[in-house]
Amino acid sequence: MISERTVNIFLFALLPVTVLAAWLLDEPFIITLATKAAILALAGVGLNIALGLGGLVSFGHAAFFGLGGYAMGILASHAQSYAPLMEVPFLIEGTKSMPVIWLVALVTSALAALAIGALSLRTSGVYFIMVTLAFGQMLYYFAISWPAYGGEDGLSIYVRNGFPGLNTLDPVQFFLIAFAVLTVGIFLAWRLARSAFGLALSAARQNAERVETVGLGPYRIRLVAFVISGAMTGLAGALFADLNRFVSPTMFSWHLSGELIVFCILGGVGRLYGPVAGAMLYVLLEHVLGGLSAYWHIYLGLLLLLVVLFARGGLIGLLSGREVAHE
Amino acid sequence: MSDLLDIRNLKKSFGALKATDDVSLTLRAGEIHALIGPNGAGKSTLIKQIAGGLRSDAGSVHFAGRDVTPLSTVARARAGLGRTFQISSLAMEYTVLQNVLLGALGQDGGVMRFFRPIMARNDLRDRAMTALTRVGLESHAAKRTADLSHGQRRQLEVAVALTLSPKVFLMDEPMAGLGASGSQRMTGFLDGLRSEAPILLVEHDMDAVFALADRISVLVYGRVIATGTADEIKADPAVREAYLGEEEEA
Repeated sequence: MISERTVNIFLFALLPVTVLAAWLLDEPFIITLATKAAILALAGVGLNIALGLGGLVSFGHAAFFGLGGYAMGILASHAQSYAPLMEVPFLIEGTKSMPVIWLVALVTSALAALAIGALSLRTSGVYFIMVTLAFGQMLYYFAISWPAYGGEDGLSIYVRNGFPGLNTLDPVQFFLIAFAVLTVGIFLAWRLARSAFGLALSAARQNAERVETVGLGPYRIRLVAFVISGAMTGLAGALFADLNRFVSPTMFSWHLSGELIVFCILGGVGRLYGPVAGAMLYVLLEHVLGGLSAYWHIYLGLLLLLVVLFARGGLIGLLSGREVAHE
Repeated sequence: MSDLLDIRNLKKSFGALKATDDVSLTLRAGEIHALIGPNGAGKSTLIKQIAGGLRSDAGSVHFAGRDVTPLSTVARARAGLGRTFQISSLAMEYTVLQNVLLGALGQDGGVMRFFRPIMARNDLRDRAMTALTRVGLESHAAKRTADLSHGQRRQLEVAVALTLSPKVFLMDEPMAGLGASGSQRMTGFLDGLRSEAPILLVEHDMDAVFALADRISVLVYGRVIATGTADEIKADPAVREAYLGEEEEA
């Protein structure tokens, strides 16, 4: 069997190698697919901090993904219409600058995660799943019924936002931006899992009573993890909106929350590269099977069933031959 | 001698069952106070009420001169109550070392560190390894906790409590499952430990209890029916009738 590290290196290299090949073969659509996979992988890596490390089955991470998307949509739409976002009490103008949008997406989704987490983490198990789902759906219906930013139709942004020194309209350059952000996300998640915080968070998942007995409060630890997790997923949302140059309430929908969970499960819950493998597989299947049938989700469902029944460690567990993810 | 732990008139009922019925007891500096009683006497309930996690119906727990009754488990642990569980309560996916590191981290309090690897924290590692060495588990540090024997898990429980440097130990059957030689070793270890911090010891192993305890309290149906030295308890007719009689003379 191959070691998990080898599998990880392979997975990490797969996206840039694919993009290089697509660039050589002049297949811009493949580059867009790879970019989509990288961005969804980032959202999944974010969710996996809560789900895999913390055992918090959030069925509402679309809330953060959507908030990131709308942070981009709202700022960019004001910039393209030259109408300031706010004039009183102080002037806030729209922007087309990615770094600024990212910062706003991070802060917005972190604050939302703080509020949602503070309430939902008072519950556990199936109630936690339901409460997070409810928050996600609240934002979904709010976005639908908010006409200022397109309501149900969503918001189109005509020109992709800019990054200093790069041409973001070039698919390869935009891919490199998304991939660089993903790399940073994976690196941070990797360090987090090995840090003092990661030790306590994972321990709280395994045995909350044990964590309390050593004088550490599981609630606070989980809340901070939820905020970090939500912020990373929110940043992915901003990138996703930029990829499509479009935001709509579907970014908030529970389907998306479910898809993010599917990435983690397909790839391997609690594994650093689990969501990366899952997101890549998902985008691949969506492209290949989606071309064969509009009902391709049936096959995805079957695959998920097989993974859950026969490969509990997900794709990575299957490849590296280790069922349980641990240090 | 001062009372580090002072339990006053604790009560807890589950429906009609009085699990803890007006229990008062104290733990003095430097002593081992054993709590014995037949199964279902309410020993573990009492430990939960002292350590937190189970709210008492009435009564109070004073710890180091402070009323800790309203405090959570976390706050009581931070105040210096070091507890071990009757049924091992460990992070089973973790290695033995990671479990003691968690204890060291709890003692350190610096949990909001997100970037530096915990394994690079030499201070915590030293603390963790010292605790493992003291209970004799140092050679198992890299083993997965789930792969430990029952007895080794008991030792690990004690090691985690040691990393906390508590002011008081609450130990719920640390000998259970240790076997004769393991039991003997643990007895020797606890004997030395009392000078560091007093121990409230719930134990079924009577040889260990009589060898260790400065004082013994006998709990029957949620009530303390006697408190005294080993000799006093052995001679107490009520205790003999309720508890010791059958087991000791069999």
